[in-house]
Amino acid sequence: MSHDKVEKNIGLLGVLITLVISVGGLIEIVPLYSQASVVQPAPGIKPYGALELAGRDIYVREGCYNCHSQMVRPLHAETERYGHYSLAGESVYDHPFQFGSKRTGPDLARVGGRYSDQWQRIHLNNPRDVVPESNMPGFPWLAKGTVDGDLVAKKMHTLRILGTPYTDQEISDAPGVVKGHTELDALVAYLQGLKFRGDGGREAKP
Amino acid sequence: MNSGTSAIIAVVVIANALASLWLIWWTNKSNAGKAAKETTHVWDGDLTEYNNPMPRWWLWLFIITIIFGMVYFWLYPGLGSFAGSKGWTSAAEWKAEDDAAAAALEQRFASLKGKSLAELAHDPEAMSTARNLFALNCSTCHGSDARGAKGFPNLTDNDWLWGGSDDAVLQTISQGRDGVMPAWGQVLGTDGVEQVIAYVMTLSGKQAPADAAAAGKPRFEAICSACHGMDGKGNQALGAPNLTDDVWLHGSSVKDLRETIANGRTNHMPAHLERLGETRVRLLAAYVLSLSHPPSGGSEAPHAAAN
Repeated sequence: MSHDKVEKNIGLLGVLITLVISVGGLIEIVPLYSQASVVQPAPGIKPYGALELAGRDIYVREGCYNCHSQMVRPLHAETERYGHYSLAGESVYDHPFQFGSKRTGPDLARVGGRYSDQWQRIHLNNPRDVVPESNMPGFPWLAKGTVDGDLVAKKMHTLRILGTPYTDQEISDAPGVVKGHTELDALVAYLQGLKFRGDGGREAKP
Repeated sequence: MNSGTSAIIAVVVIANALASLWLIWWTNKSNAGKAAKETTHVWDGDLTEYNNPMPRWWLWLFIITIIFGMVYFWLYPGLGSFAGSKGWTSAAEWKAEDDAAAAALEQRFASLKGKSLAELAHDPEAMSTARNLFALNCSTCHGSDARGAKGFPNLTDNDWLWGGSDDAVLQTISQGRDGVMPAWGQVLGTDGVEQVIAYVMTLSGKQAPADAAAAGKPRFEAICSACHGMDGKGNQALGAPNLTDDVWLHGSSVKDLRETIANGRTNHMPAHLERLGETRVRLLAAYVLSLSHPPSGGSEAPHAAAN
């Protein structure tokens, strides 16, 4: 095949480029779909409860991932500050995962139990009430918003189609679980659940 | 990863490297030793371009890159599940790094081991380390001046919810504490809550309606005294605050007290031993105690309290 033929035939060029690029995808991405450490939950990882799931969606809605990562890298400085490094199996029920790529604020993968619920509530309402030098925006409307139970049940149903093992019971109970809770309650519940569970010996007490 | 997938990946990666070598050889062969010839590209009717061979250094860069890649795949993981001859893993590298840091810390803290909290408080270098530890781990809730905030105890006033002995403070920092004031709104009723508020205010010498306070006294003695004591002086074993001093964790206004009594309060101090380790917890305990008991007998206020 000569240079000429490839350069002058845009269709053929396109097909060849696609072939070359897909080799990388085929050997780097596709095998991950069957790799146990990526698709099996890490020890202690369970699907999010109804309230945590609602909180997670508020986390996404408010764009927390723009400033907070949830990925502790295996480096001493990070594990010293945050705790055990993140494992792929910890994110199997995250659709999509919240690894993030920017740390204007600290990593949150191990924030659960670091502060009391009360601290989280004050801090989310107005961070400067507890951390004067903070540049995080306040989210005062969360305390006023309520969680829609039917919507949470719908989300759990959809997640089940994606492979999260929710039972019928859990889905039908969901509206009752989140009833009367504000968006702030849900987000705090989600944040307090972000902790390392893979190895009971190392986990800090809640 | 099963061995079949692993083999496919290894074969594709090696085939790719060999194909790159072949491509370099093949594109180079057709030009070797021949005069540069024109490509068939023509612009504006008469502009053409030569197809010169690539400069040697550039060609060698390609070849060196391929050799580097193959050596890398031999030394490090990458070819399917082949672990590489060095057996390198990111987890092992982290472990080595972490162990080295732990050993360095151990050495740094060696002189502090076995010292009592009082001795630590008199050691300026230890206290300087402790100040940094406090700023990193405690100040988010207790404030950089350690004076706390509403709901977060002031650590400088020598008033202790769970006790101010060495052991009590060590226990608080190591294992954390859970302070729970139950909600009494249902039990006391609206009037009952107001009466208890009035009585509690009189305990610390605040102004309150006398008749309401008198009505609140038996209620206090029946319910609240279980934790706060008949005299309202609290119980450090339960973390029940002394109500007769003028130190208020959750505020002393009628509104705050109504919230506290009717709806209850929960306060949580996280445990720190797992995360910080024994020595750092002891340093923090010594520092916190020094805030209420300045080591030089009170003439020199500790740095944080002076802020």
